[in-house]
Amino acid sequence: MSTTVEQEKDLIARVLAGEVDLFHQLVRPYEKLVFVTIFAMLRNESEAEDAAQEVMINAFRHLRNFRGDAKFSTWLVTIAMNEARQRLRKAKQAIHESLDEDKHDKEGDFTPAVLTDWREIPSEALEKKEMREKLREAVAQLPPIYREVLVLRDLEELNQEETANALGISVTLVKVRLHRARMMLQKRLVPYLKTAAPARKGFFGRLFQ
Amino acid sequence: MKLECKHVWEHISEYLDRQLDPQLLQDIENHLENCEVCSAILDSTRNILVLTADDRTYELPVGYSERLHKRLAKALRE
Repeated sequence: MSTTVEQEKDLIARVLAGEVDLFHQLVRPYEKLVFVTIFAMLRNESEAEDAAQEVMINAFRHLRNFRGDAKFSTWLVTIAMNEARQRLRKAKQAIHESLDEDKHDKEGDFTPAVLTDWREIPSEALEKKEMREKLREAVAQLPPIYREVLVLRDLEELNQEETANALGISVTLVKVRLHRARMMLQKRLVPYLKTAAPARKGFFGRLFQ
Repeated sequence: MKLECKHVWEHISEYLDRQLDPQLLQDIENHLENCEVCSAILDSTRNILVLTADDRTYELPVGYSERLHKRLAKALRE
């Protein structure tokens, strides 16, 4: 059952006025969205579940800060992203890795992988569970600053402005990072896409005949 | 204007998001018609995006909702 914007506003006002139990009803339509967003960032089911619970509790505690100018769902996603970022940061500190993520904005090769021996990916191959798993792995391996943009734009399909707001970055940066994230995925997934295409007798084919 | 492949790659993302201005869009489409390499890159990227969006249908852990609302109920009382 979906809630209209008006009903949602009404629910929020009533929760704030003390009918706290209505909060369950308010967030029910978004509990999946919150989980999927965090899971895409953390790739760990039990941690994502715990984080999703924290997000909903935080949303309740800070409901007064919600302004009607953004969608309630976008506001929840913002909180979800912050929770995911915090947990990623903690995990990173735990393994003593560099926190210097911004350097990714300035360097790196973000050109796509060139494909010469296939034209189209057969859709049946793409539907394979295996391919999906490869994609998830590739997304998980993206540096967080790229992963978060990709998750909001291409998984949750938020628009550029909503994504920029949720992440606290500019629309320009959203565009740049999204492009790079997509190109990195394309590059990483090409080997698996290739195997899905019919083999062509090229140099290696002749070599091993 | 005749475009080089490299130039096309820089705009793949905007192309997929339909954010290109009409002139550049036309130039890129002309290029794509004659360039298998760029067409393949575009198709693969587009397919990856379709797959990414599909992940929204991810199945939630069994009992997720019950556990969430149980913990919420506790927090609402605090």
